[in-house]
Amino acid sequence: MTFLAKPKVRHPSLPKNSLGLTRRDYEGSMSTLCAGCGHDSITAAVIEACWGLALEPQNLVKLSGIGCSSKTTAYFVGGGHGFNSVHGRMPSIAMGANAANRDLTYIGVSGDGDTLSIGLGQFCHAIRRNLNMLYIIENNGVYGLTKGQFSASADVGTQAKRGEVNRQPPIDPVLLALTLGAPFVARSFSGDKQQLVPLIQAGIRHRGFAMIDVLSPCVTFNDHEGSTKSYAYAREHYDPAVNADFVPFAREITADYSAGESLPIVMHDGSRIVLKKIAPDYDPTDRIAAMAKIQAGMRRQEFLTGMLYLGRGDREFHDLNEMPQTPLNAIPYGQLTPGSKGLDKILARFR
Amino acid sequence: MQDRTNDFALKIATVNGTGSASANTLLMKSIFRSGIPVMGKNYFPSNIQGLPTWYEIRVSHNGYVARSGQIDLMVAMNAETYARDVREVASGGYLLYDSTWPRPTVFNRQDITILGVPLAQMCNENFDGLRTRILMKNICYAGVLAALLDLDLERIRELLAETYAKKPKLVDANMRAIDLGYGYARKHLHCPLPLKVAPLSQTANHIMIDGNTAAGLGCLYAGATVAAWYPITPSTSLMDAYKAFADKWRVDKATGKKNFAFIQAEDELAAIGMVLGAAWNGARAFTATSGPGISLMGEFIGLAYYAEVPAVIFDVQRVGPSTGMPTRTQQCDVLSAAYASHGDTKHVLLLPRDPEECFYFARDAFDLAERLQTPVMVLSDLDIGMNDWPCPDLKWDDSYQPDRGKVLSAEQISKLEKFQRYLDADGDGIPYRTLPGAHPKGAYFTRGSGHNQYGGYTEDAAEYQLVIDRLVHKFQTAKTLVPRPVVDRNPRVDIGLIAYGSSDGAVREARDLLRARGININYLRVRAFPFGEEVEQFLEQHRLLFVVDQNRDAQMRSLLTLETRVEKAKLRSLLHYSGLPISSEFIVAGVLAEVGTAARVVGVSA
Repeated sequence: MTFLAKPKVRHPSLPKNSLGLTRRDYEGSMSTLCAGCGHDSITAAVIEACWGLALEPQNLVKLSGIGCSSKTTAYFVGGGHGFNSVHGRMPSIAMGANAANRDLTYIGVSGDGDTLSIGLGQFCHAIRRNLNMLYIIENNGVYGLTKGQFSASADVGTQAKRGEVNRQPPIDPVLLALTLGAPFVARSFSGDKQQLVPLIQAGIRHRGFAMIDVLSPCVTFNDHEGSTKSYAYAREHYDPAVNADFVPFAREITADYSAGESLPIVMHDGSRIVLKKIAPDYDPTDRIAAMAKIQAGMRRQEFLTGMLYLGRGDREFHDLNEMPQTPLNAIPYGQLTPGSKGLDKILARFR
Repeated sequence: MQDRTNDFALKIATVNGTGSASANTLLMKSIFRSGIPVMGKNYFPSNIQGLPTWYEIRVSHNGYVARSGQIDLMVAMNAETYARDVREVASGGYLLYDSTWPRPTVFNRQDITILGVPLAQMCNENFDGLRTRILMKNICYAGVLAALLDLDLERIRELLAETYAKKPKLVDANMRAIDLGYGYARKHLHCPLPLKVAPLSQTANHIMIDGNTAAGLGCLYAGATVAAWYPITPSTSLMDAYKAFADKWRVDKATGKKNFAFIQAEDELAAIGMVLGAAWNGARAFTATSGPGISLMGEFIGLAYYAEVPAVIFDVQRVGPSTGMPTRTQQCDVLSAAYASHGDTKHVLLLPRDPEECFYFARDAFDLAERLQTPVMVLSDLDIGMNDWPCPDLKWDDSYQPDRGKVLSAEQISKLEKFQRYLDADGDGIPYRTLPGAHPKGAYFTRGSGHNQYGGYTEDAAEYQLVIDRLVHKFQTAKTLVPRPVVDRNPRVDIGLIAYGSSDGAVREARDLLRARGININYLRVRAFPFGEEVEQFLEQHRLLFVVDQNRDAQMRSLLTLETRVEKAKLRSLLHYSGLPISSEFIVAGVLAEVGTAARVVGVSA
């Protein structure tokens, strides 16, 4: 959502994917977000992920609601079809679009306000239907466009830019998604592209609802001392050596993680949030155990990141509803109507 | 009482949840199958069991389908409502009651004939089990009515056999109850009454169907593949009907797969969102709701208007405001639908008068929504949607092909230098659109925020206005595409009446009644919004115009004054908003009150 078209600067030496497209071909229009916004890093990760997977741009559907995060669908894969809908209602647009054409790739980008407050209901029900999409939450704990109100993901005790302290407990999208039966649940950090890109790729390739909650600090309204989602501290204490490789869906997701690595983020009072790589005893295929570990971590103010849960054999929306392989929008009209002969039979009941 | 063969109204007062619906349907269908035009209206509570409910049957050789406003025979089966039910019987009429128990209030009226039948006693003696006895008591009064009205017992047996084809024992039990009532009445009462039926042949090539079923069927035939909704009275049966038809006719015989998506949404906001997503992606998609749902869908309807996404919405109107009376009828969403959503928005409305038009307008709604790339709302109401109406057989033209509107094919896109989503290339206000995945050059960004004619984001005044003004132009084009009004006009008459939707039946009868008094009134039935030139002409052609609205605030009159050149002072409202369907008597009284004696308009008698 920008006034500025992004100049297409190409260099012959830019690497190409199997479609012969460069990363530039997966860019969108110029971001109008604040300089240094975590969301732009996520946009870059999405571009990298889509390029890496060699997605046909026109087969990508980009969906969003309202908010800073929701603007970002305009900033990647300009050759894809975007639908910037209304606040908190992106999942229903995604549901309808997906029902009409199951052959396209659906990426929804939302924020903590868009998903956890106004859109909480639709988020939950998209999970229940096992809608086949990648749902990215760009989570910064504040409402940016309206200048810094707490969102529902703000932690207890965190301080707003103007000094107000949040007393309401947060809604954690990861725990919520796990409770509701989401088959693919991940958490990451906008500054950890190494971890994020493969998660996005796995989420795109996954059949069914894939959610990635990405901590994405707001440089303007939540980047001060006292905030538990402060970007500056995160960057300062971030260990760039911690990487994850692209993890194809078919392989064991946890295999490439180094056991026990953690990324400490020190808060103003000296307490720490720890972005932690998955521990060796963490089983991302056991929903109940995963929830227990995540909750135990949160109690210690550590945030487990990575591929937190991956279910197997889940049936997505079309399977659950016994729908055909042919997208509904491609079924010829002749197959959809009983015709005048059928009508004679139908009307017999009403005589 | 004079002979009233095939011309009377009877009303049955019962308690809901006691199975009286089967008895009432049985009665009505047996009359219908005897070739006599008949209409049933169900006045039921927003409740599952235990509250008063009424069923009114209008038998009319003239084919009148509205309430006459008069009850000739009351079947008073509900002690709780006895007093008012007795009061409602027209002078000279009849009252049938269960004489198992004494009912002193029954005898308050000296001007009506009281008929007592010990229904409960007979059923208690002949059937076992509380539930069976209650159910059979209803069938038993149907038997009494069969004798009183001279219904054909063979028709009744035939209907029971069809209803209980898989449970033949029930046919016998039900028939036994019919015979009990029939036998008692023949023995103890003077049968038949002057209110009776005699076979006609006026219902050949007709069906009895409710508007929701007809609309659901229309969606099936229109090729709708995505149905999303949130349950709400009185629209739910539309979705139930679509699903039942689709389960039967849309399942691939070879694979068993369903060529449709039927999604029960978490709320109306999600339901309309799903419709938009699906329609944006090239499927025919619809939802059905009622007034509260229209309120909730407002934001998305505005998005669809501005981003130009097709959507079909059935609004089966019920009594508002707020929760109102969910099982009573009104036409109270006209304004909220016409201007649904914030900002400058206007929407196409289709206004069916009965189930037949629900079927055809369902098809038209999809064609219009895709042609115009905008939401189209079909404004039905509870009276149309949930009551069985006699209608001519629905017809389907096998040469029909859906109008998918200006959707560019991959080949067309490939030839474009650049795709421009919101450009008025043809001068009709309707731009071209592409479907996701069609072609690399077809991609664009759909948004509810400010956009220019090329589809780009804008906050520029001129660019914004260009698009918003084109939408006005598109709405002008819509005037030429929507169903035309039905006009019945004598050029020598300068008084007109405008009505829409379910009021039509009452208006047609009222015009006959007024004509019998020497008062002729021209009639325009509005079938869509925006109003076309024919509406303007009719407004100009008359010095005085009645506007019939089934709402308190004269919503159609308001819409006419806002959207046409008419002088407000020429319009007189006839407003009926009790929650019951409008009656012919009400319209006659309203017209007479305004035009005074027939002498004032005698010059127009023709």
